[in-house]
Amino acid sequence: MDNPEHAPILKSMTHSNEILIVGGGLNGPALALALAQTGHHVTVIDALVEKVRKNAAFDGRSYALALTSQRLLAAIGVWSQIADKAQAMLEIKVTDGHAGSGPSPFFMHFDHAEIEEGPMGYMVEDRYLRRAFLELIEAETNITQISGKTVVDQQLDPTGVSVTLGDGQVLTGRLLIGSDGRNSGTAQRAGIKRTGWDYDQTALVCAIDHELPHNGIAHQFFMPPGPLAILPLPGNRSSIVWSERTATATQINSLDDAGYLQALRPRFGDFLGEISLAGKRFAYPLNLTIANSFIADRMALVGDAAHGMHPIAGQGLNAGLRDVAALAEVLTLAGRRGEDIGSPLVLARYQQWRRFDTASLAMATDVFNRLFSNDNPVLRVGRDLGMGLVNALPGLRRGFIREAAGLSGDLPSLMTGRQI
Amino acid sequence: MVTEMQAPLTTVDPKEVAKFEAMAAEWWDPTGKFKPLHMLNPCRLDYLTTQIAGEYDLDLTASQPFAGLRILDIGCGGGLLSEPMARLGADVVGADAAEGNIPVAQVHAAQSGLDIDYRHVTAEALAEAGEQFDVVLNMEVVEHVADPLVFLTACKELLKPGGLHLCSTINRNPKSYMVAIVGAEVVMRWLPRGTHDWAKFITPDELYELLSNAGLTPVDRKGFVFNPILWSWSLSDRDLSVNYVTASLKP
Repeated sequence: MDNPEHAPILKSMTHSNEILIVGGGLNGPALALALAQTGHHVTVIDALVEKVRKNAAFDGRSYALALTSQRLLAAIGVWSQIADKAQAMLEIKVTDGHAGSGPSPFFMHFDHAEIEEGPMGYMVEDRYLRRAFLELIEAETNITQISGKTVVDQQLDPTGVSVTLGDGQVLTGRLLIGSDGRNSGTAQRAGIKRTGWDYDQTALVCAIDHELPHNGIAHQFFMPPGPLAILPLPGNRSSIVWSERTATATQINSLDDAGYLQALRPRFGDFLGEISLAGKRFAYPLNLTIANSFIADRMALVGDAAHGMHPIAGQGLNAGLRDVAALAEVLTLAGRRGEDIGSPLVLARYQQWRRFDTASLAMATDVFNRLFSNDNPVLRVGRDLGMGLVNALPGLRRGFIREAAGLSGDLPSLMTGRQI
Repeated sequence: MVTEMQAPLTTVDPKEVAKFEAMAAEWWDPTGKFKPLHMLNPCRLDYLTTQIAGEYDLDLTASQPFAGLRILDIGCGGGLLSEPMARLGADVVGADAAEGNIPVAQVHAAQSGLDIDYRHVTAEALAEAGEQFDVVLNMEVVEHVADPLVFLTACKELLKPGGLHLCSTINRNPKSYMVAIVGAEVVMRWLPRGTHDWAKFITPDELYELLSNAGLTPVDRKGFVFNPILWSWSLSDRDLSVNYVTASLKP
């Protein structure tokens, strides 16, 4: 900087018009595809090497895609690659249970036949979704992919952004997107603080094979230590998301497979017949973490980088894809009027659209979890009556179904199945 | 590209660059002195881009849809409209009668990687020099000029036959006095006191008449309406009571 008058101009003149996306998990590639398809040039940077990212073995992880998320994936060309590997969720049964004593007589039953849009959602295995994204990104000429490199530095200024990779390579662009998860380095480097708390709960995640067919029905049992979700995968296989107090979860997770299944069985019941483990077991300590801002100069956060949520309602990926659809729409419409897509005015529209929505969803799942992860007899009676009431009132029930399908709120056009 | 972008800067005294950068930052700060223009800009751009695309049958979803169009932005200021037009591919001349705005706009265009021909010149002088454009923008300018008819006639001269003239201004009625002067200047302090002289505001019918007398054919007019609840602007077919915009063609 020995020529301070000129340096800023000359430096910013080297910025390319590229959009840089840090994090190549699921939201990053979804955004890259949506933006590339509306004519933007995008670079996706991921820390994992390509071979690891393409690893196709079934590891037990899967996602509950809301109907709106499925529409987004269809609009950006991903759904046709995975449709035959997805399981439609036709019904959701919610029950208040006690380990060993079976379901309470009060329960809620949501059937997709009550809304006209179709199934409430789909279950898709992680491996298929990731592979479909990677293949589409490779085929898209507007996207450059960088695998196996980490970002070590980023410089944001009012006219452009530059990031430095671990090997010293410097990339420049007009806008930087952080889709690098709940410990987002992109957010940290931009000085964005987070708000949140830990729950004394850990989610145990696994897939099981079972003897009897699930008929496309998803189950949610509310147990005192935390909810247990049984979500249908193709064939006689289901995904289990099972929350327990962290001490109990740690203990269960340290058991061998036989012991693990023995702990699961009384909570699970016998309605699917004999069960066995398929794939690996995962344990995720639960916490809520929301970035205090979703945007900074020339930068926006999407997915868990913006908001890591309690997975109680399976809304993590769905909320992330909603960010993706909203941001792609804001940027594309701004670009079509000739606006600078990285300008604070444009980014403020994204923040305004998503931050309130997200905060209310995070709070709702938190309250829901506190209400249901509880053995207080008064609360138990209250929620049993509440569930009975919801179940008895078709209007309220349809409201819940539409919420689960992601059909409520101000929907971005990609989530209604329309191109931007 | 780099040499092209540096070219306009060579006329600027290097010692002045830092000052111009600060002023450019001020022009482009969405929460600063020009906040009302930034708030209005998406709505103005929606109208301009739709009218231009409609007139020249262009696809706004394509990349650089305005490539091949020569656009003049009169009263370009810091470049709030010139830059979007250049980004959409147009060959843009930005003219401003205030000399101080030119280097400010040049500095920001260079920072944005855009090639825009900014000049300290009047519409009349450009017309005199025989310059020709496909589109002439007069956004929030006509209420500030000494003689609107002379000014609009010069704008007509600057257009190629069939060219498009887009002009926005402020209506003259009790409501516009309350909103544009009492509201924007006195209460909200969005604009410095004295920015506008209410007597120079023009009603839509007066503007249509001025445009016709200047030899242009007015074809469309819309209101820019501020919604204080959503805190944003939108276009209206009916409400032209404060800010409004017209589109005219040169026969």
